[in-house]
Amino acid sequence: MDPEFTRYGAMATAFMHRRYFRTEVHGIENVPPGRALLIANHSGQIPIDGLILALALFFDANPPRLMRAMVERWMQTLPFIAPLIARLGQVVGVPENCQRLLEREELILAFPEGVRGIVKPYTRRYQLEEFGQGFMRLALATRSPIVPVAVIGAEEQYISVGNLEWAARAMGLPALPVIPQLMLPGGVFPLPTKYRLYFGEPLNFEGDPADERSVGAHVWLVRQTIQRLLVQGLERRRSVFF
Amino acid sequence: MSSSDEGAVLVTGICGNLGRRVARHLHRERRVIGLDRRKFPGKPKDIEHFAIDLRRHRVEGIFREIPIKAVVHLGVMHDPRDNSEEHHTWNVGGLSRLLEYASRHRVQKFILLSSANVYGPRPDNAQFLEEDAPLLAAGAFSDMRDLVELDMLVQSFFWKYPEIETVILRPTHILGTVHNAPSNYLRLKVAPTLMGFDPMLQTVHQDDVVLAIQLSLRPGIRGIFNMAGPQALRLSAILRKLNRSYVPIPYTLARFGVKRLWNLRMTSFPAPELDFVRYVCMVDDQRARVVLGYEPAFGIDETLHAVDDERWVPT
Repeated sequence: MDPEFTRYGAMATAFMHRRYFRTEVHGIENVPPGRALLIANHSGQIPIDGLILALALFFDANPPRLMRAMVERWMQTLPFIAPLIARLGQVVGVPENCQRLLEREELILAFPEGVRGIVKPYTRRYQLEEFGQGFMRLALATRSPIVPVAVIGAEEQYISVGNLEWAARAMGLPALPVIPQLMLPGGVFPLPTKYRLYFGEPLNFEGDPADERSVGAHVWLVRQTIQRLLVQGLERRRSVFF
Repeated sequence: MSSSDEGAVLVTGICGNLGRRVARHLHRERRVIGLDRRKFPGKPKDIEHFAIDLRRHRVEGIFREIPIKAVVHLGVMHDPRDNSEEHHTWNVGGLSRLLEYASRHRVQKFILLSSANVYGPRPDNAQFLEEDAPLLAAGAFSDMRDLVELDMLVQSFFWKYPEIETVILRPTHILGTVHNAPSNYLRLKVAPTLMGFDPMLQTVHQDDVVLAIQLSLRPGIRGIFNMAGPQALRLSAILRKLNRSYVPIPYTLARFGVKRLWNLRMTSFPAPELDFVRYVCMVDDQRARVVLGYEPAFGIDETLHAVDDERWVPT
């Protein structure tokens, strides 16, 4: 991580956080000091949700926290993106990295839905995909608390009507969503929806990371918690944009 | 001069740049035997040198006549230009012979200088690779297959002959007067880089490698050790420190271009090695620091500037 660069990065993107998406942050005091795993729903076609979470922890948490996201491996093959990720202190999402950072008492963000979550079409918005289980094994192995997070507002920033899987495969991409708004002038920018972040209370789990069944049950519990936070947040929401 | 109780050290590939440095450091403390096909100009008088091929049967004669207590294997041939099949047989065949003699003549220590490149630069590498990470370098480019295989061959020695103290050193990019790809690359006046990629790189000074070999020769040391050097830097920062200018080239174009130049024999960088300036391949050398007591003696500036040193070999 390049601290100077990260500082400028945060200053440059604060505009998105404060003015464009006008992020509303709830329950950020639930993030415990020291090591913790933030587990959130992934959405929005491009991973702005990770950036907004990082900014919220930087500008709205007291004391400010530096968060590191577990980044999709494919991103490392992209020119300009790969060195940017590294300079901002974000790391490739492999278990070794996560374990090392948790043992250094850092705050990690993981999206257990992975690409499946982010490319969901509009019709399946706020419905969680299947969760990967790696995060729970790491949480058990390192005895890290899990903070469930619901991100509301990202699903509506790009309206996707489907995913061209065969074309994505042919081009070596993880997914190729069909987003009609890209045809409009200025459509490359996400719609200025209002972001709402709900941080749930930390969950502590104990057990054997090698025990498939209990790991699966724990993961299910985390998934249900996030789904509940999502439903509650959506009930309270009056408008997508305000 | 040599102390007889410690026994002799056999150094293969002693005539290379690194080999001569190892010899110069070792010969004051121990009896050093050199083994290399090449001649050893300016050889210190107390070093006995055998200019014979590693695969010849006469090599066993050396083991029979001289009480060799340790073998340092630096004689890994890596010249991407050469016929790769010949190369492979030489490397693997030579090392198997050497291991066989070592076990038969009760050598106590066997050191292989491998490389951190055996892990391979990959987009899904952990930031810091530990010694038990899989050796995946051969997947992307076959030139690394030899080194991976040699490393594995010596690993099998751990359980075949537990009474021999086997050591595998895996340093990251060795810099200095040596003629390896990273040093040659950093000696370029204008270095081509890949547009939009700027991986973190670890570098080791050649004399730190010599130091690690000396440390590994101490009794009781065994196992695999990564060596990371003083500090990791982004490639652009390394080039800036060395005052090199660089030209960023898009990856597809660079790959195509290097392949063409390679076919025209105008470059000695094989195209797959571009991955080294694209993805990370960094190691965690905690084990070397704790178990081996290795601590880089050269700072990052000295390490980088070592590529510009004169190839001066004192006797």
